[in-house]
Amino acid sequence: MITIIDYKAGNLTSVKLAFKALGVAATITDRPEEVLAAERIVFPGVGAARASMDNLHRLQLMEPIRAKIAEGVPFLGICVGMQVLFDYSEENDNTPCIGLVPGAVKRFRPTDRSCKIPHMGWNRVNLRAEHPVLAGIETASEFYFVHSYYPAPADESYIYGQTGYADANFAAMIGRDNFFATQFHPEKSGRIGLKLLENFSQWEPRC
Amino acid sequence: MLTKRIIPCLDVRNKVVTKGVKFQNNVDLGDPVEMAVAYSDGGCDELVFYDITASAEGRPIDIQMVGEVAQAIRIPFAVGGGIASLEDMQRVLLAGAEKVSVNSLAVKKPALIAEGSRAFGSQFMVLGMDPVKTDDPACFPSGYEITVRGFRERTGLDALEWAKRAEDLGVGEIVVNSVDADGTRNGFELELTALISGNVSIPVVASGGAGTPQHLVEVFTTGRADAAIIASMVHTGEYTIGAIKADLVEAGIPTREKW
Repeated sequence: MITIIDYKAGNLTSVKLAFKALGVAATITDRPEEVLAAERIVFPGVGAARASMDNLHRLQLMEPIRAKIAEGVPFLGICVGMQVLFDYSEENDNTPCIGLVPGAVKRFRPTDRSCKIPHMGWNRVNLRAEHPVLAGIETASEFYFVHSYYPAPADESYIYGQTGYADANFAAMIGRDNFFATQFHPEKSGRIGLKLLENFSQWEPRC
Repeated sequence: MLTKRIIPCLDVRNKVVTKGVKFQNNVDLGDPVEMAVAYSDGGCDELVFYDITASAEGRPIDIQMVGEVAQAIRIPFAVGGGIASLEDMQRVLLAGAEKVSVNSLAVKKPALIAEGSRAFGSQFMVLGMDPVKTDDPACFPSGYEITVRGFRERTGLDALEWAKRAEDLGVGEIVVNSVDADGTRNGFELELTALISGNVSIPVVASGGAGTPQHLVEVFTTGRADAAIIASMVHTGEYTIGAIKADLVEAGIPTREKW
């Protein structure tokens, strides 16, 4: 069973429908005790960093999330659910985040004015390292992105895939031990995205 | 490199996909869910689905249809038609849509854009606009006036001014649907698309006039569009998404080639 954390940040229905298409049971919750009982967690998100962090505090989800990651359950962050794992985000005047991954989330600052923000659409992800969640996924596969800020890990060994946009070659996927995270939306990335979610649903991290 | 998006548009009336010329003389084409699946499997990058009579009939969007499309496809899709409140947006989001398109009702009540963007993020808010060519540069410096309610009503708003204002209000994307080109299959209104795209910093989707793959090449180069909506050229079966994309690749346009 997959537990999808609802912290009032965006399109959870899409994530749930994607697992449904794979025949994987998934449930959506905003309750700390249900998160604490989870076997496998998806932490999605769309929207602003500040509001997302405020909601996590208000719903008392911070401690359960930290506890589950420490406990070793497989954990997948998506989009803002990836960004809030960092120390802080430049969004909304530097929002302090969870601090699981050293580094910051930065604003795209294209020098070319014709380069549009948000970075919206399908872009290539170049793989940096192998990972069970990436089984069967080729380098330079295209995934669907929608974001104006990008993750910049201080330690490059977290990076599993990179994407180029607006003068940045940013971390499109990061991972360590039992957590993995994508800046793109696998739930909206067609067959290749479903493959990633399927891999995640079967992943047994060793740590 | 970020690829240019090809977005088939499903205009839905009474649960059937339909297509007209300049918003008139619509003919029925098929089931929205079946067509959505066919286009998604065929390699389109996104879908848009308009409940074209919701606004005129003063009723909310067909939410059941939104949910059925969301169940059936795994690519992003936007919906529009009859979105009048935050509650309407919330329902569409919960039904599984990525984006909501506001048009006539945003002209009437621009605060709708700001409210939606604050509540759900700018990536969720799309402004649809239906500009028509004018020859009154004093009133309309861009040369285009915004119309609403499917070309039935003029608004007195200049197209470029409205685009910039909507960007300030928080839309994440603008769909520029040329009334003059709609359904003609004679090519996009390149000047209009380039004008809007060159003066805002958010993505611009060109709409109206797609008839051949060459039209798409033009709109992605001269027209400076970030994405393009197509309808008749694929609805009639004359072109497949795959064939269109092969021509885009040939022309050196960044295109999503595997799906």
